[in-house]
Amino acid sequence: MSEKRARVPKGKLLWQLFSSMFYISTFTFGGGFVIITFMQRKFVDGLHWIDEKEMLDLAALAQSSPGAIAVNAAILVGWRVGGGLGMAAAVVGTILPPMIILSVISLFYAAFAANPYVALVLRGMQAGVAAVILDVVCSLGRGVVKERSALAIALMAAAFLATAVFDVNVIFIILAAALVGVGKILYLRRKEGAK
Amino acid sequence: MTLLELFWSFLQVGLFSIGGGYAAMPLIQAQVVETHPWLTMREFTDLITIAEMTPGPIAINSATFVGIRIAGLPGAVIATFGCILPSLLIVSVLAKVYYKYKGAKALDTVLSCLRPAVVALIAGAGLSILVTVLFGESAWSLQNVDWIGAALFLAAFLALRKCKWNPILVMALCGALGLAANLLFFGLPA
Repeated sequence: MSEKRARVPKGKLLWQLFSSMFYISTFTFGGGFVIITFMQRKFVDGLHWIDEKEMLDLAALAQSSPGAIAVNAAILVGWRVGGGLGMAAAVVGTILPPMIILSVISLFYAAFAANPYVALVLRGMQAGVAAVILDVVCSLGRGVVKERSALAIALMAAAFLATAVFDVNVIFIILAAALVGVGKILYLRRKEGAK
Repeated sequence: MTLLELFWSFLQVGLFSIGGGYAAMPLIQAQVVETHPWLTMREFTDLITIAEMTPGPIAINSATFVGIRIAGLPGAVIATFGCILPSLLIVSVLAKVYYKYKGAKALDTVLSCLRPAVVALIAGAGLSILVTVLFGESAWSLQNVDWIGAALFLAAFLALRKCKWNPILVMALCGALGLAANLLFFGLPA
C-alpha cells in the first residue's frame, strides 16, 4: 500500500493531505462516522494510500480514543501517510473549515439573535435539535438494551440518575464507568486464570 | 487568565469525550454553562443548533464559538488547540498499544462500560435542551410552557423516529414553522 504514496514528493503529499481533509471537512455534515466513510473513499479508493483493512483499524481506533472522531481519524491517517508533518497537515485541514465558519457566525451571532424574526426561527430550530438529540439517544439506548448485558443497563441507569437527578460532575461519571471497565477486565482475567 | 481557563476547560472536553459527536455535548455544557458563566443555557442551545447546521465536530465548533466570544480570535485558537491536544497525545499512544500489544480486547472491555454511561449523559444534555425549549429560562410550570415549541418537538421527534426524515431538513422545517406559528398566533414581534 505504501508503494503508491512513496512515489509522491513530500511537499505534494502534505498539500494533498491538507486539501483533501479541508474539502472533506467542509462538506461533511453529520459527524464522525460520516467523515470516516468520505476519508475511506478518498484515501483508500481514490489515492490508494491506505488499504481497506488498515482503514477499518484506524476507524475503530478513532472511535475508541477521546476527542472528536473526525480529528482522531485525521491524526491517524496523517501519521500513517506522512509522519508528524502529515499529521499536522491533516489535522489543520480538518479543523480549519469549522473554525472559519463558526468564527464568522459568532461575529454575527449577537446582532443575529437580537433580531426578533431570527430569534423565533432559532427557537423553532431548537425544538428540532432537542428532537434530533433525543432520537439519537433512543437509538443508542436501544443498542445498549439489545446487548442484554445487566451491567451495561445498570451503568446506563446509574449514570442517568447521577447526571439528571443528582447533578454529579460529568467527568466523575465517565471516570467511574471507566473504572468499572477496568474492574471487569481484572475480573475476566482472574476467571480465565482460575480455569 | 481567561485564555488559560479556556484552554483548560476545552482540554477537559477533549480528554473526556469518548465516543465522538454528541459525547462532547454534556461536557461542553458542564464547562461553559455550569462551571464558567460563559454562555446561558439559551445561548448554549443556540450553539448546539448552529453546530448541527454547520459541518465539523461539535467540540471544535463550540471551542471556536465560545473562544471567540470570550477572548476574540486568540481565544478561539487556544480553545480549539486545548480541545485537540488530548487527541494528539492519546491517539498515537493508543495506536501503539493497539498494534504492538494487541490490547484491543482490554480497550473494548473498557469501552463497553463507557458506552452506556455516555448514552445516559447525552440523554441528560438532550433533556436539558428540551427543558430550555419548553420553559425557556422560567420555572417549570404549565403556565410557562411554550406550546409552539412543545408541538414542534413532538412533530419533529415523530418525523425522525417513525418516518426517518433527514435531521437537517427537520431542523430547518422547525425553524420555518416556529416563525410562522408565532407570527400567526402572536402577531408581528415588537
